[in-house]
Amino acid sequence: MTDPHAIAATAAMVGAIVVSATAGDILTASAMRQVGDLDRIRERSGLWGAAIAVITNGRFGVGVICLALSFFSLLFAFSHRDLSLIGPAATSLTFVTNALAARFFLKENVDHRRWTAAIFVCIGVALLAF
Amino acid sequence: MTFRRYLVLAVITLTASCGDTFLARGMKSMGPVSLAHPAELIHAIFSPWVASGILLLIGFFASYLTALSWADLTYVLPASSLGYVIMTLLARFWLQERVSPLRWLGVVFITAGVGFVTRGPSYTDHSADRDVREEAPETAREEVRQ
Repeated sequence: MTDPHAIAATAAMVGAIVVSATAGDILTASAMRQVGDLDRIRERSGLWGAAIAVITNGRFGVGVICLALSFFSLLFAFSHRDLSLIGPAATSLTFVTNALAARFFLKENVDHRRWTAAIFVCIGVALLAF
Repeated sequence: MTFRRYLVLAVITLTASCGDTFLARGMKSMGPVSLAHPAELIHAIFSPWVASGILLLIGFFASYLTALSWADLTYVLPASSLGYVIMTLLARFWLQERVSPLRWLGVVFITAGVGFVTRGPSYTDHSADRDVREEAPETAREEVRQ
């Protein structure tokens, strides 16, 4: 893939997936923090109680909408490019943006191990483009 | 981390990679979808491969949410990184896609990179911060009473 238009189109497709997936992941992760340990809720209130606790959370609803947008962007991309390019590129980049967003929005402890991992993933994604 | 929790991470890995592969298989059989006809994407949902992929991804989402309720997002995503390897193997040997040596090297880098993360703690405990925040207003009210 050496055509500049094809590279730009691939970048746009991957970008759309990454932005919507990151927003969805951060919102759903934040919702699950609010809800608490699902294993304990299921022990206390059953499977239905756990499902209600998740579904009735507002952040979860917005997160699911973002993930749905990401899903349709992924479907669109799969119909134009190879799975082995779009799949790893989108999910790996999402991992990096998620690490940044989790550090700032979820206040997760993103230590040197996690930052090293982000650099490795960036190199891996660059290699996937060839 | 208990054995059951590692099992949940394994389910995330398998359902995500197989679900994505099924979706790709279904979309390939449909041909390129034009932005001018977005309804074709809705039609795609009812094809067997795409429908099976969606079912697997629902299983993925349920186990993913369960994992997020007891682990960090930055732990869950890399911990399920074996999916990259499975997905590339499926793409190469089942979908017959060409995977170049550099792409293989990329997959190795990604997997090695995310492997670092699983060596750390799985959850950031915010209870200490919350305790401080909950105590602060109480302290302020005590000062007003005095």
